[in-house]
Parts: sequence; C-alpha cells; structure tokens
Amino acid sequence: MNWIEIFRSGLSTGTVLLIAAIGEILTERSGVQNLGVEGMMLVGAMAGFKVAFQTGNVWLGLLAAIVAGGLLSLAHALVTIHFQADQTVSGLSLTFLGTGLALVLGEGLTGQTGPIVPRATIPLLSKIPYLGPIAFTNHNLLVYFGYLLVPITWYFIHKTKPGLHLRAVGENPAAADTLGVNIYRTRYLYTFIGGCFAGLAGAAISVAIAPGWYSNLTVNGQGWIAVALVIFAHWDPWRAALGGYLFGVLRRFSLDLQGPRMLFGIANPFFFNTNLVFFLQMAPYILTIIALIWGSSSARKKRIGAPAALGNPYQRGERGL
Amino acid sequence: MKIPYPVFLKRAEDYPKWLPAATSVAAVLLAFIISGIILKATGANPIKVYSYFIKASFGSWGAFSDVIVKAIPLMLIGLGCSLAFRMRLWNIGAEGQFFVGAFLATAVVMVPLVDLDTTPRWAVLSLMAALGMLGGAIYAFIAGYLKAKLNINEIIITLMLNYIAVLWNNYWIFGKWSESGFQMTKVFPKNAWLPRLADLAGKFPFFSGMTVHAGIFFALAAAIIVYLIIYRSKWGYKITLIGDNPRAARYAGINITANTILVFMISGALAGLAGMTEVSGVVHRLQERISTSYGFSGVIVAWLAKLNPFAVIVVSILFGALLVASREIQPSGLSFLIQGITLFLVISSDVLLKYEIKWVRPAQETA
Amino acid sequence: MTIPEEKNTIPAVEMQDIVLRFPGVLANDHVNFTMYPGEIHALLGENGAGKSTLMNVLTGLYKPQSGEVRIHGKLVNFNSPKDAIANGIGMVHQHFMLVENQTVTENILIGLDNPRFALNLKRYDKQVSDLAEQFGIHIDPTAKIWQLSVGEQQRVEILKILYRGANILIMDEPTAVLAPQEADELIATLKGMAAQGKSIAFISHKLNEVKQVADKLTVLRRGRVTAERMDLQNFTRESLASLMVGREVIFNLHKCDQAAGPEVLRLEDVSALNNKNLPALRNVDLELHEGEILGIAGVAGNGQSELVETITGLRPCSGRIWLEGRDIANRPPSFSISQGLAHIPEDRIGVGSAPNLSLTSNIIMKRFDQKPVSQKWQLNYMAADKLAGGLKTEYDIQAPSVQTQARKLSGGNLQKLILARELSSTPRMVVAMQPTRGLDVGAIESVQQLLLNQRAQGTAILLVSEDLDELLSLSDRIAVMYEGQIVGTVCTGEFDINQIGLMMTGTSLGDLPAKTSGVGTSNERAVSDFDGVLEQLHHQDQAAQADQTHQAERFPGSVMLDEDQTQAAPEEIPSPLEGSELNVSEKERVLRKVLGQNYKQGDEE
Repeated sequence: MNWIEIFRSGLSTGTVLLIAAIGEILTERSGVQNLGVEGMMLVGAMAGFKVAFQTGNVWLGLLAAIVAGGLLSLAHALVTIHFQADQTVSGLSLTFLGTGLALVLGEGLTGQTGPIVPRATIPLLSKIPYLGPIAFTNHNLLVYFGYLLVPITWYFIHKTKPGLHLRAVGENPAAADTLGVNIYRTRYLYTFIGGCFAGLAGAAISVAIAPGWYSNLTVNGQGWIAVALVIFAHWDPWRAALGGYLFGVLRRFSLDLQGPRMLFGIANPFFFNTNLVFFLQMAPYILTIIALIWGSSSARKKRIGAPAALGNPYQRGERGL
Repeated sequence: MKIPYPVFLKRAEDYPKWLPAATSVAAVLLAFIISGIILKATGANPIKVYSYFIKASFGSWGAFSDVIVKAIPLMLIGLGCSLAFRMRLWNIGAEGQFFVGAFLATAVVMVPLVDLDTTPRWAVLSLMAALGMLGGAIYAFIAGYLKAKLNINEIIITLMLNYIAVLWNNYWIFGKWSESGFQMTKVFPKNAWLPRLADLAGKFPFFSGMTVHAGIFFALAAAIIVYLIIYRSKWGYKITLIGDNPRAARYAGINITANTILVFMISGALAGLAGMTEVSGVVHRLQERISTSYGFSGVIVAWLAKLNPFAVIVVSILFGALLVASREIQPSGLSFLIQGITLFLVISSDVLLKYEIKWVRPAQETA
Repeated sequence: MTIPEEKNTIPAVEMQDIVLRFPGVLANDHVNFTMYPGEIHALLGENGAGKSTLMNVLTGLYKPQSGEVRIHGKLVNFNSPKDAIANGIGMVHQHFMLVENQTVTENILIGLDNPRFALNLKRYDKQVSDLAEQFGIHIDPTAKIWQLSVGEQQRVEILKILYRGANILIMDEPTAVLAPQEADELIATLKGMAAQGKSIAFISHKLNEVKQVADKLTVLRRGRVTAERMDLQNFTRESLASLMVGREVIFNLHKCDQAAGPEVLRLEDVSALNNKNLPALRNVDLELHEGEILGIAGVAGNGQSELVETITGLRPCSGRIWLEGRDIANRPPSFSISQGLAHIPEDRIGVGSAPNLSLTSNIIMKRFDQKPVSQKWQLNYMAADKLAGGLKTEYDIQAPSVQTQARKLSGGNLQKLILARELSSTPRMVVAMQPTRGLDVGAIESVQQLLLNQRAQGTAILLVSEDLDELLSLSDRIAVMYEGQIVGTVCTGEFDINQIGLMMTGTSLGDLPAKTSGVGTSNERAVSDFDGVLEQLHHQDQAAQADQTHQAERFPGSVMLDEDQTQAAPEEIPSPLEGSELNVSEKERVLRKVLGQNYKQGDEE
C-alpha cells in the first residue's frame, strides 16, 4: 500500500469533484439548485476531449468544455428562473439531455488518445518533506488550479461586493431586491458559471486525470457525488475541497485494498477473492449516502443550512395592505 | 417577475382538455426534429436513420413483438414512477430497484429456494415475482424512510443506490453464481421461464420467434391496479392531496410520513417486478447488462404520459420502439438524446399550461 | 412639540389625491398626505385601511393610477424603489429585510455602488458606527444579524436607509415587534432624528405610542382619509381609538343573553414556541362553551396563530387542551378532527385547500373516510359529487361546476367552500381564523351569518380576527391577546371598543380607565369628532362613486406576474350597483347589521 500514491491519486480525483462542487456551490448560493451537473460534466468531458483531439490543442479543448457546460446550464436557468418550472425535474432532464448530447456527439471517440493537460512540479514547494511529493510534484496543471480555486472562491464569496450580493440573493432575495439587486440576472449568471465549472470538471477527467472518452463511464456518477458534496460541505469551498480530496483518497484506497496479501496482519480477503472488488467500488456511493445523512442531522444542530431561498423561484412583490 | 420586455403571463383560466396530450405529442415530434438536426451536424443522415427506426420497430410482427418486450419493463417502471411522482416523490432509483428485484428473483433459481424439478412452473414463477417485488420494495424503503424521517434529498440517495445495486449484482454474477467463468449465471431451467408467445409456435406457427412474454400481463394488471388506486381508491385520493398541497394534507389529518414510505415501496415493487420479468422472460439468466437504462427511461415515460396509467402503456410502446431501433444504429446515444430533449421540452411546455402569453403595452402595467 | 410654521416651509412630502386600485379593491381612494421637515407624522388605521399601500407608493413600489407626489416641492414620478431612494426616501418595513447570517455592515452595503469590488469591511464598519453615533444609535457593525435583538435589528434597518441619505423615513408598525423598553429607545431615536431635520412617517396601531411620539396625525379607513394632519394634542386615547375604528359605544348588543351551555373547550396553562423558538404562548387559560362565540382580539403576531395551531394539533405545546373531556394537546390533527373539531385556517390557499384539485376533492378532504363517500377501499366519486353539489348550492359557492379547480375560485367563494366543508360535518367546535380577511362585503356578510347560524345550533366557536368590528358584532365574549397572553376576557356588552382597543395595545384589564356610563361625556366628544369626520367621508363618497364605474372595467381578472397568489387577495370587482352599498355610511351599515331590521336612519343615540 503505497500511501504516497494513494494521496496523490486522491488529490487528482478529488480535483474533479472539487471543481464541479465549487461551481454548484456558486449556483446554489444564488438560490438555484442545478441537478444536471452529471450531464454537464459529460458534455464537458466530451467537448473537451473532442476539440482537443481534433485540434491537437488541449487548451482549446478546455475552453470548449467550459462553454459547453455553461450553455447547457443556461437551458436550466431559462426554464427554472423564467418559466418557474420545478428545479428538481428540470435538473434531471438536463442530466438526460447532457448525457444524450455527449453520447451522440462523442460518437467514434471511444478509445482514442488525445492530448493531455501537461504536468508540472512546483519548484520550491515540492521539496517539503512528505507534503511536497504528494501535493506539488508531477501533477497535471488542473490539480494546481484546484488548489488556487478554493481560496479564490472563498475570498470571492465572503470578501467581495459581488460575493455579498450573491449571498444575499440566495438567503433573502426580497431584501436584495428592495435594495436594487437584480435577482434574475444574478441567478442566471451564477447558474451559467456553475455550468462552466461543471463542464471544466468533466474535461478534467477526459483530458487530464483519466484521459480518454468512454461514453457515460467517463463520469460515472461523479456529478451526483459532487452535488451531494455541496450539501455535505455546507456550501463552503474549503469543506468541499476537503470532502473531495477525502473522497478521492478513499476511492483509491478501496481499490488498492486488493493489492497486498496481508492486511494489518491478517490475510487480505480482497486479495484472495477478487470479486470483492465490487464492494470496494461501492465505497464512494455508500460514503455519499452516509455523508448526506450525517450532513442533514448536523445541519439541524448548527445554524448552518442551505441558502434560505434555495429551490424557490422568486416572485416579486407581496401585496400587503 | 419583471421580464425585460412587456409580456404578461396571464394565469390561464382554463385550458382545453386536449392540451396536455397535445404538448406531449408535440414535444416528442420536436425532439425528433431537433435530434435530426444534431444528427445532420455529425454527418449522419436523419431521414435514413428515422426510416430505419420505423422499419426496425413496426416493420414486421416480429419486430413489433420485440418492441413490446422492451416496453414491458418501461410500463412497470413508468407506472411505479407515476405513482411516486403524483406525490412529488422523485424516485429515480427505479434502475437500482430493478436490479435488486432481478437479483432476488434469480436467487430462487440459484440458491435454490425451492426444488426446481418438482415445483410446478406457476409456483416457481409466482415466487420469483413475489420476491422480485419484495426486493424492489425493500430497496426503495431505504430512500423512502430517509426522505420521510430526515427529509434527505431522495434523488441523490436513489441514484447512489442505483450504482450500488449494479455492483452488488456484479459480485454475484462474477463470483459465486458465475457460469464457468463467464459473467452471467447459468441459464434458468424451463420451469423458471415466463411463458412466451413463441412457446405456442407449435400450435400457431404465426407466433414463432415472438418473444413477447407473460410479463405483459403483469404490466397490464399493474396498469389497472394503479388506475384503480389513483382514480378510485381512498388511498389514491390521499396521495393526490399530499402531492398537490402537503400542508393541506397535514391540516386534514393525513399521515405524510407513512404514505411517503408506502408509496416509495410500491414504486420500488413495480420496478423490482420489472427486473424479474427481464431475467425470467427475456434473457433467462442474470447477467451484467439486463437493463438498457429502463430506470431512467421509465422516469421520462411517466412524465411524458403526464402520470396517467394508460398513457404510460402507450408511451412505453413508443419508447420501446425507440430502444429497439437504436440497438443497431449509430450513434448509440441517439435514443438517450431524443429522450432527453423530449423531457426537457415537456417541462418547458408545462409553462404553456399554466399561463397564456399576452403582449401588453407598458402604460397599462399597473391596471 | 413645536413645529416649524407650516405656511412658510415647503413640505418634505406632499401626496395629493392618490388613487391606487388593485383588481377588486380600491386601496387608496383620493388620499392626501403631507409632511414637513422635522416632523413625526403618525399614520393610523386598521389592517386593510391602506396605510402600507400609500407608503409603498411613496417608496416607489407601486404606481398610482392618479395623483401627484412632490418631494421638497419637486414633482416626482417614481418607477422603482431606486428612484425613491435617490430622492431621499427610505422605509423600514414591519418584516425586516435583512440577511440573517451577514453582518450589520454587510447588510447596509448591499446594492450600493461603493465598495466596487473588494469588501474592505473595516473601513465601512467605521463609517457605519460613525453614522450610528450621529443619531444616538448603539450598534456593533460587525455583529451578525441573527445575533441581534429585534430592536437592534430594527436599528440596522434604520441605518440602512440613513446611510443612503434618507431624509424622509417611513416606519411601518415599528413597535409591533418591540418590547416596551426597546420601543422607548426607538422613540427617543426617532425624536433625535426629527430634531436633525428628518421627516418621519410612523404607521401604527398602538395609540399610546402614537400620542407619545408623533406631532401630527392622519387617519385612514378603508382607503380613505378620515382625518388629515390633525394635531395630536387635541386627542385623548379614547378619541383616537374611535377615529380609527369609527365606532361609538352603541353596540351593547345582547350577545351575552343566550345562556352559554356546558363547556366544550378548555385550555390549561398552555405555552408554546413559535417557529423561531421564541415563546409565542405563555400560560394561556381559556374556556369556551356550547353555543358561544369567543372572539380573540389582538394585533397580528401576538400569538394568535400559535394558539390556533396548538388547538388544532399543528404545533406542540405544554399544558392541556381539553375538548369535551379529551386532551387533544400534542395529538395529531386527525385526532381532533375525529373528535368534532373543525378548523377554518388563516391561509385559505396555502393550507385550507388543494389548489389544483376539484371542488369535490376539496369538500371531502376531511371526510373521505366516511360514508357515503367511502366504500370500503374505494372512494365513491359520484356520491362525493352529489354531496359537493348539495353543499355548493346550500352555501352559494359560485363556480362553473363541482369539477372546477379550487384555485379558480375567488377568495370569497373559496372561503365559502372551506366553510361548507368544515361546518357541514356538524362539528362540536369550530376554530375560525381570520375568516373574512380579504373578502368583499357580500362574502363577509355570508360568512358571518354562517358562523352565527352555527352558534344558534349550539356549536362552540373560537373566532380569531383582526377586525374589531367583526369581533364585536359576532362574539359573546372577547379575549384580548397581547404578547402571547390573554390580558383580559370581557363580555361584549359590558365594554366599549376603546377599552378593547387599549387592551390590544397592552393595557391589561385591571389597568383600564373606568368605563364611562352609557352615552357620557367622553363619548360626546368622540361623537362630535366622528360626525366631523363623517362629513368628509360623504364628500369623498361622491367622488369615489364616479371613479369606480370607470375603473371597474379595465382588465378584469388579469393578474400581474409579480402577484403573490398566496396572499388572500380580494378578487371580485364590485359592480357599480354593489359599490353604492360600500358608500353608505360605515356607521349606518354596521348599525344596521347589529341592530337588525329595527334600525332606521336617524335612530342613532
């Protein structure tokens, strides 16, 4: 059991979840719940891979992924903000839509090899004992992007004026409205941004972390895990990062359990019975359920909860007499 | 809501009865058209693809029978979903419940739970059906309980459970129940096969090759039962009331927790039964790919059918045709795309049912 | 309190002839309102009188159909709240518009152009605390809103508008949510601001405070001004009360005659928390007898909703609630329903009905388990339709058929539907909460008559209402709630409305000034003021009548997107003929109702 490898892998896979989760955090903080993340990630993964493959330029691919995710989320925004349809059902339909689009437009790409986001090692930081080889050595650039994204997002949400408005719109849209904040524009914007991030997260898989296009196996539920992660993280970027990395580590750990003959001194069941690997593969999904259960009960106890206006379409004006 | 242009959405006084059905039909047609455009963009020829669709699904009785076979699980799942959705319980876990139902039904044969040689066929099949329903119900109970007691988002829970169920089945298929190293169980003995039309080929040569199986009766029976529940029974009234206004239901003394769990379980039972019919009536074994995303398509079917049980039957056949035809065409994701666009359009078109759009000059705004 | 000589100063606010109509109701009927700088001006009136609406016009939320608004002499035309804010107008709402998990400073900064991007809170914290100091307000700018007391939160709202340069402040029922000491602090603050030249409009119910804080007074009743820019020195509390409700002591209707029967409901030491986990009910004791209507009076938010919810099983509580010998406290609603408790809820759309289901489905909501509707596991929809049809006729519910969806019914008809459902099951007891809120005159009378009929049949009725008229004309006894307690229970004939009004504002039963005997001295004064006001009323009647016929035809039934349908909104537009009934003197109408057919014009004492 190579712990260094496990943590490294955890950081990589965690980055994907983290990017998607941060996008969804921004969306949900404005009061819109977007369950279509899985679909947007798939579309992003496909678009990223396809464009990178066809142009040979991985950066163009990333750009395409961002745009693709964003556009798809605009559909969700239109239907839920303007038409005031139920956000849950709309999000679901977007998952199907995104999956369908990705599968159709991604036809013929399965198994191809395309360009990958380059790797790098950060000069000074990689010399830090233990932490250096794990976190700063030979990771592809998106992982480092993830490191930066978390504090930047946190700063944006809590220490800037637009962040103030974002929070206000999600907590008490009426209050923000009476002070002149445009609720609709804010929600459209952050839904779009969230979609862009989801697209980027998808591309992070197909052109960086686990390169290649394997139709819907490319994402395989990580979009849903990201949505659950947002709840579990109480809509906070740091917690989302922590949760994402933790997930990645646990996932890699559970796969690695198959390796050694002996585990903690006793014969390793996973080594001797290869079929038990399926239980290991269940780990992320079971963990998500546990995280949700734990998250909901702890949210009750503290004052931290969902943005108060989450899921409610905004209609201006009560007619009090 | 201030839309930047002077449009009023006036609350529609009444919409003609045919409008919901019309919007569903329009949504499907439009979805085909849009998908056709996307197909063109990828270089395929939509006309060719669509004409192949029609031939592959309705070109011959044999093809049509294949369509029905694909439609049966959709019917069962669609019915289960329509019940749950009526109460605004988003059971997206039909896929997982399907697998668990298939698993328990298979267990009858694989353990075996009864002596397969001596037990009469109808007993074996009844047991399998019962266990199939039980499996689906229990699996759905998990989500239902968590939702009812802790108000946890049932969508994520059921989705996670889907993946878990598939992996669970894999464990058995790859392992203990594996047939000589292949990723499937042995073929079930004839005793555990749902009878099919093809069985009657001796007497009626017309039926040879037709794989429509007795599951169709389950589906039709379920449709009738669901119809009776929703439109005739007291319980259906309670469900409808909870779905329309839970606060009013609580005020009226209805127990929302118990009903949540119960409805989830029934929805799961139907999905589990669908799983049983698939392993017993179609592939006659438990294998890795027993579902072509029936769980998700079932959700769309229910929505497109506007939760009406008989419409579910009709829409299932349509979607069955879609699934059959897309088996052999490129690109393989086409059916998913069409389904996705359809659902999206149906949701968007709901706005037409709620409002009429009126253009009004700004001067008259505060009238 | 000296006020600058009005003749020589330009008014800060001058609203002339404001007319504002919503579908079905004339909220502001040629209203005039004027304020000078440095003045605290009280705006008085019952719920529904139109005061908040008028102020919403001033803040740019609503656009009047006609009328002019001048700010510091300049004619203005507000299209949005932003325009009002730009003109130095700010409103502190009754329901605070604050983001709870943000700090004071953050809340104040929302929507402003500065800061541009980075939120340098420290700098703005200082600005906020400086501003607060200037007006004698004590607040910690870095505190989060949920950590603050209600009084402090209100001060944040004030700071919000002061920070934006408001010179004209509107306070909507500011003391409604405050404890007495906090109210005193607020009044001191307001006086300080007025001394610095701000104009303050003070909307209120609470007569004590109005006398304490305001210089001038304007009274609104059902959309019209009944007293304009009166000097407050000339008024006693009693006369204020009568101006507000327009009544005198003539209502000693016999209601206590009907011997109350055996006890049906008893609350013993019931306490409960509200949704914010604050105490809403404190040790409430109550009894209700067969054939009796017990009215619960009080300004909204003093625990009435929680009282109803504990009785109907929708809220946990401590203490006991005996319904004919059975303790129904903390039992689910199904239990009390089975014991014969009927509940007419406050929120007829959000709780009392299922909007997309048919009339029939709504009618059988509580009896789908009984014959003839129930048949073993089935629901006999034909029997249900028949039942619904019968009730539809009996209760005169106007709808195309029993299949019509509930959401298409007007407020009045929906209420009749709910009444039909609740009353037809011959309940032992009825809890009715705001049963006539938002209804037009005809519907109100129907509903009230139905309640009286039930009373005659021996049903016990608990009637919660903000409409003091209604309570007085229907109830046998009135219990007044204030801050979660019953401050007094009185028999209607023995007390007059002014005293009840005083109890509603917090004076307890023991502290009330002695009742004047019959038509005595203080009442004479009230009568003379009232007649003067009546004069004004009649003038406005003529004008309004002409206007009504013209207005009634435009866009019947259309609904603006931004309407919140969950509010009880009156939807029927009175036809011109019906309208003329509205214009009959208020006094006459009520007297007619109360004294029955014996009343003839000129009979007033």
